[in-house]
Amino acid sequence: MRALLVAILALFLALPAQAAEQVTGFTLDNGMEVVVIEDHRAPVVVHMVWYRIGAADEPPGKSGIAHFLEHLMFKGTESRASGEFSRVVEANGGSDNAFTSYDYTAYFQRVAADRLGLMMEMEADRMRNLVLAPEAVDTEREVILEERASRIDNDPSALFREELRATQYRNHPYGIPIIGWRHEMEALSREDALAAYDRFYAPNNAILIVAGDVTPDEVRKLAKQHYGPLAPSDGIAPRDRPQEPPSRGERRLEMSDPRVAQPSLVRTYLAPARRSGAQEEAAALTFLAQLLGGSGATSVLGNALEFENNTAVYTSAGYGATSLDDSTFSFVVVPAEGVSLEQAEAALDAALEDFMETGPDPDRFERIKMQVRASEIYALDDVGNLANRYGRALTSGLTIADVQAWPEVLQAVTPEDVMEAAAKVLDRPSAVTGWLSPDVEEDAQ
Amino acid sequence: MKRLAASFVLLLLVALPLRAEIDIAEITTPGGLKAWHVEETSIPFVALELRFRGGASLDAPGKRGAINLMTALLEEGAGDLDARGFAEAREALAASYRFSTGDDGLSISAQFLNENRDQAVALLRKALLEPRFDEDAIERVRAQILAGLKRRETDPDTIAGAAFDELAYDDHPYGSYYGGTVESVTSLTRADILDAFTRAIARDRLYIAAVGDISAEELGALLDGLLGDLPKEGAPMPENVAFGATGGITVLPFDTPQSVARFGHAGVEVGTPEFFPAFILNTIMGGGGFNSRLMTEVREKRGLTYGIRTYLIDSEFSESLIGSVSTVNARMAETIDVVRGEWERMAREGVTAEELETAKIYLTGAYPLRFDGNAPIARILVNMQMQGYPTSYVKTRNAMIEAVTLEEINRVAARLYRSDDLRFVIVGAPEELESDE
Repeated sequence: MRALLVAILALFLALPAQAAEQVTGFTLDNGMEVVVIEDHRAPVVVHMVWYRIGAADEPPGKSGIAHFLEHLMFKGTESRASGEFSRVVEANGGSDNAFTSYDYTAYFQRVAADRLGLMMEMEADRMRNLVLAPEAVDTEREVILEERASRIDNDPSALFREELRATQYRNHPYGIPIIGWRHEMEALSREDALAAYDRFYAPNNAILIVAGDVTPDEVRKLAKQHYGPLAPSDGIAPRDRPQEPPSRGERRLEMSDPRVAQPSLVRTYLAPARRSGAQEEAAALTFLAQLLGGSGATSVLGNALEFENNTAVYTSAGYGATSLDDSTFSFVVVPAEGVSLEQAEAALDAALEDFMETGPDPDRFERIKMQVRASEIYALDDVGNLANRYGRALTSGLTIADVQAWPEVLQAVTPEDVMEAAAKVLDRPSAVTGWLSPDVEEDAQ
Repeated sequence: MKRLAASFVLLLLVALPLRAEIDIAEITTPGGLKAWHVEETSIPFVALELRFRGGASLDAPGKRGAINLMTALLEEGAGDLDARGFAEAREALAASYRFSTGDDGLSISAQFLNENRDQAVALLRKALLEPRFDEDAIERVRAQILAGLKRRETDPDTIAGAAFDELAYDDHPYGSYYGGTVESVTSLTRADILDAFTRAIARDRLYIAAVGDISAEELGALLDGLLGDLPKEGAPMPENVAFGATGGITVLPFDTPQSVARFGHAGVEVGTPEFFPAFILNTIMGGGGFNSRLMTEVREKRGLTYGIRTYLIDSEFSESLIGSVSTVNARMAETIDVVRGEWERMAREGVTAEELETAKIYLTGAYPLRFDGNAPIARILVNMQMQGYPTSYVKTRNAMIEAVTLEEINRVAARLYRSDDLRFVIVGAPEELESDE
């Protein structure tokens, strides 16, 4: 089995150029970075602008301002009325939206390729010319509070994840929710939004990504015309956030909520993310997550907790490889009927201990390599997803070269690399373990 | 939730369309199977979409959830492979098979690389023709499904959707969740699962689409090998059913800060002259864009919600026009008033010439954008077959949108939007709202 896969891999290495996406990068004079991803199968283009400002870049006490500003970016400019942006996109048969995370805020439109210039004109306009009417700000604050109620307050699992992050990150702003703490969201003002806007929304803090039926020359010409004249901001500083101190004691969290139907257990560890020019450790952790979690039928945890005995109905391992600062490695276990969270945690620990002694199954290791390679081929089917991949990477301290090297870095990972990374990251004293249940006392019995 | 998911597929289908370059071939295999095929050679893989009409609506009486459980077991052991053996074989090929079921169909979405296509198809064939339904796999998957069913019991949105469906469709399969209940799934036996297989999976209800790096000839041989030996006939389809809920308010108390509401009444069937006008009307009312009337009134002007949407649903066996919204308990009554008011305004005044024109431009312009990958195109082509459209629909669909006149659409608006018929199901602790029954 292994020999066969090695032979297949050798074949693959000869043909990646054919299967790889066509990507071109350049920078405008005002500092705006541009990435062009060509896919000429359909006359469609995805136009995105990513800003290097996320929830983790917010001033203390202003949690949620990055996301609030994202909403307010649709409220009009000196030359366009509130809501006109989306109306024009729709009137051109397109769709648009935006999203905010810890390390970025991004805006995108999907339109016919011949409308690219119009999208650039409007996006460039709102990069520097936003106008915020006080009433629009007040109404939109109600909308984000409703959004928080929908996404977080109405969902005990989401509240639990919020608590876990706040416990994991004691000093770094990754512990603050992206949407914000409710009491701080209620106090976010028009001035707060404009302060963030004036400082961070500028070409030298933005990345333009155009993916689809375009050529780099067309994009260069249009980008120079629309984004080229914008003045850079002088408020862009290195993103040095407060970092986590060493951990001297394990942290535990128990939360109960009558809306919880199924008790669950989450364990998280602080873990390094991909670094420009040094992605090896993150690649090893990516494999580790696949080995431990991944498919229920073949993973270490699935085998131990779901197949060998009926300890759990669900297990998973997760790792966020792309992040500006240290990320997390995590496990989720949903115990089977009649199994307590304590028993489930003991089974998790036993399975991890066993893995640390025996290491990865060589056949499974090779199968994961095969899947990683194949996923690069399947990924070409979704150009919007490729655009996101570059956007996330470039707002997380990586370069186009890092993104392009990543598949090869993954293919070079050895079982020894994985065990070394596992020994370093799966360090119980720095872990946070959370129990979520309908009733804490019942579980304690 | 299920209804929303189903409607989303429909909206994509109707809104979608075809990019001019797409070349859909209708093929008949040497073995007599019919399939829609698009040859797209730029990426070395194939996306294959199979859909068995009926899906979970073919559950036997008293066996709700059997077809869903059976579907989940297809990849849990087949032929000489147990669940782990099957998963290992699939991983080694880096193929992907997604088995899922819903109210209207049982779907298999497969993707496989050119380099090991024959092996990947042979493995999928095992799952379809030689599923083992081992007892240990049944118990493991049953426990997973039961965990999900328990979660549904405390999720406000799910509770609202389930109660709404029950009011609308009572004991028709649409009136209950296709995954079943804790009770029904707990009592299912291996014999029930084998029976579910013979009911749901058969050639007489199969729709096929393949998109990717494969010729028509290769595809014909592949499909005959994969599907030729399937049983010829399955269980009869359920009867059509009318939307049965009456107008009014149902409040289901639930201790949570934000109420969620599901609302709606009967809809319009695809293929009738009213369908395209109704489809455009729904786009204007609440069809998903930021500029729909409901988004403007409920979110933009009043800040009552993060999102409100409506769906014109044409399922296999019924039609409805429904919507969903959530807002803090104190403001649900106001939100309902706004929705009713917009419903009345639509019936009374219809839409303006400008609104109609804007919606047409959006719908016809968005049409080609959706054909943007092998896997999405394969799904769209199967949906089109399920709806009974010819391949030429992709070329004629925009013209049908364009042909709708202001007079025609406003005639339909007056009939379609009946605020007195709107049933609201609200889960939460809404202030100043009570059930009317």
